[in-house]
This record gives sequence, structure tokens and C-alpha cells, in this order.
Amino acid sequence: MQSPKSRGTGAVLGLLPFSAYVILFLAIPTVLAVGTGFFTEDGAFTLDNIVGVFAPNVLSTFGNSFFVSAVTAVIGAIVGALVCYALLGTKAEGALRTIIDSLSSVLAQFGGVMLAFMFIATLGNQGLITKFIFETFGVNIFENGQWLYQVPGLLVVYLFFQVPLMIITFMPALSGLKATWAEANATLGGTSFTYWTRIAIPVLAPSFIGSLLLLFANAFSSYATAAALVSQGAPIVPLQIRSALVSETVLGRENMAGALALGMIVVMIIVMWGYSVLQSRTSRWQK
Amino acid sequence: MTSAHRIGTEPGKVTRAIILGVVGLLFAIPIIAMIQFTFRDGLGGGLTLDHWTGLFGEDAARTYRSLFQAIGNSAVLAVVTVAIVLVILLPTMILVHIQFPKIKRVLEFICIVPITVPAIVLVVGLAPVYSVVVKLFGSGAWTLAFAYGITVLPYAYRSIQANLDAVPVVTLSEAARSLGAGWVTILRTVLLPNLRRGVLAACFISVAVVLGEFTLASLLNRVNLQTALLQISQSDPYVAVIFAFLALLLVFVLLLLIGRLGSLQTRSVGRNRKES
Repeated sequence: MQSPKSRGTGAVLGLLPFSAYVILFLAIPTVLAVGTGFFTEDGAFTLDNIVGVFAPNVLSTFGNSFFVSAVTAVIGAIVGALVCYALLGTKAEGALRTIIDSLSSVLAQFGGVMLAFMFIATLGNQGLITKFIFETFGVNIFENGQWLYQVPGLLVVYLFFQVPLMIITFMPALSGLKATWAEANATLGGTSFTYWTRIAIPVLAPSFIGSLLLLFANAFSSYATAAALVSQGAPIVPLQIRSALVSETVLGRENMAGALALGMIVVMIIVMWGYSVLQSRTSRWQK
Repeated sequence: MTSAHRIGTEPGKVTRAIILGVVGLLFAIPIIAMIQFTFRDGLGGGLTLDHWTGLFGEDAARTYRSLFQAIGNSAVLAVVTVAIVLVILLPTMILVHIQFPKIKRVLEFICIVPITVPAIVLVVGLAPVYSVVVKLFGSGAWTLAFAYGITVLPYAYRSIQANLDAVPVVTLSEAARSLGAGWVTILRTVLLPNLRRGVLAACFISVAVVLGEFTLASLLNRVNLQTALLQISQSDPYVAVIFAFLALLLVFVLLLLIGRLGSLQTRSVGRNRKES
């Protein structure tokens, strides 16, 4: 039997592999990503790249990113919450919930390129719905341009991972509403209206807004779907990082990617901080 | 349920059917369009099985060589990523849970960080890291798994932690230790069997994440399933969509299995409680 002390040192050594791994592949890349923005190609300190983020054309991509994230987060949160409401009272382990859960996870987290394909098959030039609308109503949905491959298209496609993400994140809060609260409301002569307005909605509000922030962060940082869909230009920040990274003609563009990454991470930290604050307020009554 | 319904806290049957019906239809359309696309006969509008049968034709192995190679890469990446979860993350989580409960919050924080630092940001800093990795380990496709191990951290952590919290790990290991078992025995015969479901869920979700990963592979100039799909969609969109659909189906089944694991777990916990 080992003495407690030597077990202690052995145990501390046991933490080393994970620490080393996380430092090498999470901490260092993050610091490098954010740090390169402050340097020139030759390694001299500069604020040029950071100033570059505030150039009108870059600011407008940030504006687009905010717009896409905000619109899809709000619509996604409302539709997702409605679906969660509709699922109240169904068995948590029943087939319906299990299938909706798994399908939501697939679409919310692993869609990427495949989601873009889905929409090209649906709303592309030869898409099923494009042709249906043209043949039935004689309307060409692309009359005013190829919007599917631009910002408006992102709005539609992003909803297909935002709504499922809302279902996954908001369902636990909604099913955490206690039956006793409804009974108390009924005993005191409350109606269904007072139950929702005085009890359920106030209790759910932090969780709802928290999920909304998570959806915002999710859309803001999403890359794969947009990369597969948008082939021309870089209307949102992640695509701007792509063009900064892959451009071979302009020197020092990699450092510009660093500055953009810094901008993104600042937004992400603020949003995720808000999310975790609201989340901890929610978990207070969930247990 | 009926009493809850009477008070009006749950939707009625009609309301539920309308909401689920409308949203379900909106979500079904793109999926149906995707499946229909794989049967389309060019731009003419007819339907054909050619795109599917073509996959099993004599030339398939040659025509789609790059795609099959990419699928191979993704499979290798999935295996190595799962190995990283099992060899690096799992032991650390057990160790922290038993020996260093004080730093549980720190570990949780670290594992959640990849959500705040998205792949598109991480890739900017991974590029220089990978120029070192390539010097040390060569440029084999599997090396990308080092980065994927980070990507799957939040998912794998959550699955394993849920299981760790549901099982009295400390009591079990102390009981085993007081009976004279060494750490290896404890891990093999006491802890792992109890953590099987959480660990399995972590492995499945890691496989799902790796199969769907595009950002890192694409911007680090690696070839995996997703980058190959995008590439092949330029020349043969039908085959690209077929494989995209199959990949989605596979991931769906994996997640369905995770869901089953989860519900089995809660059911058996409930049963144990009743017995005691």
C-alpha cells in the first residue's frame, strides 16, 4: 500500500498529459490566433491590423454577421420554444422525443456542408421548391438575384440549425417546470393565463434569453455551411477570415486573420459570459 | 398529465399537432428534396437509380477513389480522436473526480472553452502549431486528430461527467481500495463498468463530430469526408449528396443510440433506487 503522500505526487503527475495536451492544442493556438493580429509579417509589433478591423468594409462584414446571427437567433429561439412547448406532456423517453432529440442534434451540431447541399437541392436554381413555385405560380424566386448564395440565403439555411439547437437547449428548462407550481396556481384560483404570465414566463425568462445568446454565438461562429454555400465574396466574418488565410497574393494577410479572430473572440466572450450568467440563474431552481 | 392539461400548463392535442406538424413539414422539405435529388436524372426532370447503382459499378472504386480515401481518412481520424478521449480525457476526469474535487470547476471551464473559441478562430493559431506537428509526426491524415480532440472536448466532457455524477465513484473506489485493490484493478473492474454508458456516449458523439467536421480540415488543407464532399460536388453533385445523406443518417443513428443509452441509464438508476 502506498503512503497517502506518494499517492498525492503520483496523482499530480497524472494530470500532466491532459494539461500538456490542452496547452499545446488549445491554449497556444488561441494565444497565437489572437496574438498574430498585433504583429506584422516580419514579427514587428503593430496596431495596423487592429485598426484594419475598423475599416468600413470589414466593419460591414461584422455588421452582416451580427445581422444574420441576431435575426436567426430570435426567430430560431421563438420557433424552437414553440416546439418545446408542444412537446410538454409527451414522455421524455418516448419515441417522439427521442427522435426529435437526435434529429435536432444532427441538424444543430453536425450539419455544416451537408446542410448547404440540402438547401441547394431545395432552393437552388434547379431545387425542388424553386421548380415547384415556378411551375405552379409562374414565379421565379431568383428574379432579383441569387439570394440563396448571399446573406439572405444564410438567414434561411441557418434557421435549420438554430431551431434544433433551441430545442436541445431550452427543452430541459421547460420540462423542469414543476407540476406543483401549476397546482398552487390552480388552488389559488389562477387560470392558465395567470400560470403562464405570473409563473412560467418569469421563471423561464433567464433560460430563454440565455438560449437566445447561445444561438447568437452559434450562428456568429458558424463557418462550414456558409463556406459551402457562398462562393463569391466574404459577406460574414468567418468567410473574411477564410479569404485572409488562403489569399496568397497579399502579404501579411495572415496577421489580418489574427485581428479578425480577435474581434470574433471578443464578441464570443461577451455573449458566452452573458449565457453562463443566465444559465447559473436558471440552474438555481432546476434542482 | 390530464390534471396538468386541465389547468392549461400543457398544450392540447390540437395545438401540439399544429405546431409539430407545421415545423415538422418545414424541416421535412429540405430532407425530402435532398433524397429526391439523388434520384434526379440530370436537368431533364426524370428520375433514375443510376446515381446509386453507379456507386457499386465496376469503375466506382476508381472514379470515386479520392472520396473513398477521404472516408478512410475520416474513419482514422474518428478512431484516433476516440483514443485521445479515452487515454487523455477520461483518466483525467476520473482522477480529478476522486483526488482533486477542488479543481473540478477548472476542468469544466477548460472543457467548455472550445465553445467560446470556435474552430474558425482556433484554426488561425493552429496553422503555425501544425507546421511543428508535421515536422514531428509527418503529414499523415491522422495528425489532425490532435485538433479534433479539442473540438470534441465539450461534448465528450458532458457525456462522461453526467455519468460520473450519477455513480458514487468515490465511495466505490474507496470500498475497492479498502478491500486491497490497486488502482488498475479499481479502474478496470469497478469504475469503467459503471461508467460504460457515459464513456460510450462520449465515443459516439466524438465520432459524430469528427465525421461532420469541415472547418479545420478545410483551412489546414487536409482531406476528410466533408472537404471531399464539397470538392466532388463540383463535378458529381449527385454522389456528393448521396454521401452527405448517408453521413447524416449515420450520425442520426449514432445519436439515437446515445439517446437510448441515456434513457437506459436513468431507468436502471431509478430501478436501483426502488430496490434500496
